[in-house]
Amino acid sequence: MKNCALLLMALAAANAQVTFDRIVNAAKEPQNWLTYSGGFASQRYSTLNQITPENVKNLELQWIFQSRSLERYEATPLVVDGVMYTVQNPDDVMAMDAVTGRIYWTYSYQNSPDARPCCGRLSRGVAILGETLFIGTIDAHVVALDAKSGKPLWNSKVGDPEKGYAITHAPLIVKDKVIVGMAGGEYGIRGYILALDTKTGKEAWRFYTIPGPGEPGHESWQGDSWQHGGASVWVTGSYDPESNLTFWGIGNPGPDWNGDNRAGDNLYACSVVALDADTGKLKWYYQFSPHDEFDYDATQVPVLADIQWQGRPRKVMMWANRNGLFYVLDRQSGQFLSGKPFVKVNWMNGFDERGRPMKVPTAASSKTGTLIYPGNQGGTNWYSPSYSPHTGLFYIPTWDNYSSLYVKQDQDFVEGRTFAGGGPRNTGPATKAGNQNFRAEDDIYGAVRAIDPKTGEKKWEFKMADVTEAGILTTATDVLFTGGHEGYFFALDARDGKLLWKAPLGGEVRSGPMTYMVNGRQYIGVDAGNSLFVWALRQ
Amino acid sequence: MKRAIVFISILTAAALQAQHEYAAADVENGGRQYINNCVYCHGPEGDQIPGVDLLHGKFKRAVSDDDIVQIIRNGVPGTGMPAQNMNENQARTIVAYLRSAAAVPASTLTGGDPARGKALFEGKGACTMCHRASGAGSRTGPDLSDIGMQRRAAELEKSLFDPGAEVLPQYRFVQLTPKNGPAVTGRLLNQDTFTLQVIDSQERLRTFVISDLRGYSVLKDSRMPSYKDKLSRQELADIVSYLVSLKGVKP
Repeated sequence: MKNCALLLMALAAANAQVTFDRIVNAAKEPQNWLTYSGGFASQRYSTLNQITPENVKNLELQWIFQSRSLERYEATPLVVDGVMYTVQNPDDVMAMDAVTGRIYWTYSYQNSPDARPCCGRLSRGVAILGETLFIGTIDAHVVALDAKSGKPLWNSKVGDPEKGYAITHAPLIVKDKVIVGMAGGEYGIRGYILALDTKTGKEAWRFYTIPGPGEPGHESWQGDSWQHGGASVWVTGSYDPESNLTFWGIGNPGPDWNGDNRAGDNLYACSVVALDADTGKLKWYYQFSPHDEFDYDATQVPVLADIQWQGRPRKVMMWANRNGLFYVLDRQSGQFLSGKPFVKVNWMNGFDERGRPMKVPTAASSKTGTLIYPGNQGGTNWYSPSYSPHTGLFYIPTWDNYSSLYVKQDQDFVEGRTFAGGGPRNTGPATKAGNQNFRAEDDIYGAVRAIDPKTGEKKWEFKMADVTEAGILTTATDVLFTGGHEGYFFALDARDGKLLWKAPLGGEVRSGPMTYMVNGRQYIGVDAGNSLFVWALRQ
Repeated sequence: MKRAIVFISILTAAALQAQHEYAAADVENGGRQYINNCVYCHGPEGDQIPGVDLLHGKFKRAVSDDDIVQIIRNGVPGTGMPAQNMNENQARTIVAYLRSAAAVPASTLTGGDPARGKALFEGKGACTMCHRASGAGSRTGPDLSDIGMQRRAAELEKSLFDPGAEVLPQYRFVQLTPKNGPAVTGRLLNQDTFTLQVIDSQERLRTFVISDLRGYSVLKDSRMPSYKDKLSRQELADIVSYLVSLKGVKP
């Protein structure tokens, strides 16, 4: 009888729906990976402890999924009770066995020929609630799928692809809503974040990332520049259940490299916005880069944690920004607590008392070109950082010694056409493909950098010969997983940055690693090149 | 007289005032673009099309840098000049290269004979100890089989006189000392965080794991001697004319 009850409980668990409550408490079921960043706090940290600094060298490749797309594979899979859900670029969704990689079903989405996303025809993943999966597509639709069969339940068009609107990030579930933001800042869109009812696909609220006439912040745009000022969303936001706020990083203003016709701070471009998750109303914002001309998107995942701050507990948000600075904000009020360069920076030289950066007067895009550190891809970019509550350190995929020459050009707005206003030129080899035999000692390099959020000081760094677009995963056993352009996937000791293990994958690692457990065995998954690789300890 | 000509050519370039500032990397990238896209018709000296002399500001249509960018991107209808599949910045690097190359004085080594140059290259000059051309010579140094498509006579002269003045990063040598085994010198082919790939002095392709090395250093200097006093001016002119004639083989 007892056995029977246990069996029933086990079956119930295996078939349990992914309730919102489960996502809120994702940390209590580390065997699953329930959101893009592994939980609402987006720490990309797991309490799974089977893989340790001592045994990580015994990792063994379990399976590979080779996607049918040659696009960069930037997705992070979800795993729910032994089933993995991931995408195949641009917008196919698959359910597969997380142990073997065998596919249960594939949903093929046909994008409109009007889809024209800047910077990759790709998706970074799906979201799940109940037994429903959600994907945002590059032609600006949100599609709900039955997680068991892959059959579409609803399909809502939420933007005009012919005008450049697109979705490339994994949606975020909050309560009964699925939240997405628009990419398209290089096409002169007016960005927005919207919430749809998960049952019906009907729009519940919409927050324009550029305020309209009469709204606060509208005055930060000259003339009618607000109508096509960009301010995209490229990566998934975070959520704080206690305050019911959802946080999103907003991309650059448009035209990217010429701010002449958009005088003002250009809110909420290059900002984090904190929205009431029920209504979409703005509670607070912080702008990292006012009146940006250097493509310093705040296209980063907001990382939430409760840490000791100046001797007392504080609910903070940590943020390593593309503009080269590492920030700590109070996530309840938006108060600026600290900001410090984590790479070479020459566009600003401090903050005023309210936390506004003091821009160097010469730091402006120009017709002849202005040399700015960090360069156009930033000190970091969209690649997920990690925060380990165990070490108390914040880990950043970093580009250092990196500059661009920013050149502006005149540009008129034409709907659906690129609206960039010039462009950056690299001053060094930067992201040059092919053999890496041309670098000078003082050239740009990639690194994993560990920062103590309390001081903003660097604790250690692991330097790479080439740069990196790999996200970072940390675990409770102080193992850190990441990779880089060279095509290695590797593990470091999160305490001191010592190399513990590496695997050459033959393709650039451009995704955030994740971990899960099935039948008592811990797995590590990451995309590299066009494939998904999964490891576990040798048995 | 020669000085005067040089002066005028710089003036001409200056008259076509560069409206943009160019970084060294622009010039380098532009040089690569020029070799990949332009050199087949225009030649390394930019003077192969009648009535056009790219390095001396002589254009049929262009007046400004922006004009050149437009012509590169859009081509010239009804002529052999095709539109190049390039964005504005890529096209602009070519202008940067042309501006930079225009400032290099012409070669002073004239009147050379390519056949004599070939004999010198493979004989007295001992160039094939390191270089390869026309199917002969070592692969340890830069392969010169199509150097006539890549370099102007003036640049070749400069390299013969002062080889260390410009060593392209991809032609650097590396000296490394394995923990077990003799020291190795070779040309660096590739590298990453953990390994180095070289072609060694015996033309073997080898990979070294950095953690297995006592140390390594990438050499900034050229390993080539100056030929300024090793050969006569006529011999040098012969070698330059031979190198200029090397246009490579289209496989």
